[in-house]
Amino acid sequence: MTNETVKQQLIDKFGEVVTNFSEPYGMMTFEVACDHNLKVLQFLYEDPSLGFTFLNDLTAIHYPDNKGKELAVVYLLQNIREGLRIRMKVYTDINKPDVYTATSIFETANWLEREAYDFFGVNFVGHPNLIRIMNVEEMDYFTLRKEYKLEDQTRTDKDDEMFGR
Amino acid sequence: MKCLDVKHPKPLERNKKMSQKQNIQLPEGGLGKQTTTLNLGPTHPATHGVFQNILEMDGERIVDAVPTIGFIHRAFEKIAERRPYYQITPLTDRLNYCSSPINNMGWHMTVEKLIGAKLPKLVEYLRIISRELARIADHLVCNSVIGVDTGAFTGFIYVFEFREKIYEIFEEVCGSRLTTNIGRIGGFERNFSELAFAKIKDFLKQFPKVMKEFEALFNRNRIFMERTMGVGGIAAERALNYGFTGPNLRATGIDYDIRTAHPYSSYEDFNLSIPVGSTGDVYDRFLVRNEEIWQSLSFIQQAMDKIKDLDPSVYHADLPDFYLPPKEDVYTKMEALIYHFKIVMGETDIPVGEVYHSVEGGNGELGFYLISDGGRSPYRLHFRRPCFIYYQAYPEIIKGSMLSDAVVTMSSLNLIAGEIDA
Repeated sequence: MTNETVKQQLIDKFGEVVTNFSEPYGMMTFEVACDHNLKVLQFLYEDPSLGFTFLNDLTAIHYPDNKGKELAVVYLLQNIREGLRIRMKVYTDINKPDVYTATSIFETANWLEREAYDFFGVNFVGHPNLIRIMNVEEMDYFTLRKEYKLEDQTRTDKDDEMFGR
Repeated sequence: MKCLDVKHPKPLERNKKMSQKQNIQLPEGGLGKQTTTLNLGPTHPATHGVFQNILEMDGERIVDAVPTIGFIHRAFEKIAERRPYYQITPLTDRLNYCSSPINNMGWHMTVEKLIGAKLPKLVEYLRIISRELARIADHLVCNSVIGVDTGAFTGFIYVFEFREKIYEIFEEVCGSRLTTNIGRIGGFERNFSELAFAKIKDFLKQFPKVMKEFEALFNRNRIFMERTMGVGGIAAERALNYGFTGPNLRATGIDYDIRTAHPYSSYEDFNLSIPVGSTGDVYDRFLVRNEEIWQSLSFIQQAMDKIKDLDPSVYHADLPDFYLPPKEDVYTKMEALIYHFKIVMGETDIPVGEVYHSVEGGNGELGFYLISDGGRSPYRLHFRRPCFIYYQAYPEIIKGSMLSDAVVTMSSLNLIAGEIDA
């Protein structure tokens, strides 16, 4: 099994839903339409010729300039038998960040999704216990979003123009 | 991956029968059976770290558990978004602080993968030596603490002397002991000194005897076996579904080891056999870790033999844009000064891209998911922390077992609070 065969199987099965295939540093990366993520995960999990039964990692990324698709949820799946990893991305709108939960397929996803919710505010629809995991419950903002800079933004004694982001 | 198809005996069977026997049959019409809520942690001497578990107890049997984490959350992922690449290494120190070198080098290798660096063999072998020493230290802490939790303090004292010796080696190599910040992007700041090599050789000579003694104390010890066999077990399928990695997954019988599944740092040059268990209980985890200590020792021995005929002066890759030049060069050579300035001020060109690199950490697959937008610091950095992921299986593992078994199970999972909370 190679990246190519997985890609072909996905395109044959889902057609337009899976897009933007690329291979950064050898790991196949693709995008899935937001409301189809569970179907694709299920297919990758259950199809005997694919067998991506191991969810390595799940996290979210915030792209504030990507209007309408600000939040990305990244799934890193692995076929343990073949040692092949693939990366699946789902983009969602920050004003309505609804993504179906993967907890019904992977128990791993439970806390990882809670973490993504805690840091980025991705609302995982159907999650059994979607509460904050690291921060306190009373917090009303999502810390890892890009609008929250680490340093005090009102600070005037330092010129950031040349050094630093 | 032969072991994937092995059918597993049900580990908790024996336990369940015992606890069912102990259930008190209340008379008809009497008071209903009640459960007690017990708060275990966050600062409890038996939890070895800041872990809180709210347990629902039926007598001494656990009915349900709700773990709470985040007590030492330090938002490393956020901090990393403002730090230049070479300053992120100290953050990784504080993930699994029992085996910091593995984390440090995992991060270095992630950046090296991003910039496409090719490392000299000496660096890779020296890294393997430091990493395997760290793995031994990590496993020693975990296994000896299982002993302490089952009431055997002696083994703990025996092996901690050698954990100390490992830290002395780190001290000789990089100057610090626990949070090592060892090496740099591209290699080491200097080759290992003669004294460091001498200390490693001493360690290789003295440690096996003590390790044998440690195993003799526990492996066939009736009390220890009774306390750990069939306790805290998990079946292979469940473990996979819960994202178990490292010794805890291998104890269930799946031979998934990053060092062979996704080899890095020239691990393919070495002979490695992966120890696997069968039931995935505390005893199997203990045995797997013990066996991995022997494997690590063999790695260090093989690496020591291999570096004999390598040029000792090539202890870093030729990466002027990332590897800080020696201070005396900065003061005397123009080029070194320029590169020093560029690195410190964040003027180096970093490729745009996303990269995932994982290493076999002390307790599982430690992954770094790095997204670079070409800026001075990462756009996003995510740590795949193994024990954060498998700690969520804890309630399922301890349901139906005794409170004292839950404590042993927790220490056998090798949970490190710093890594869980990142």
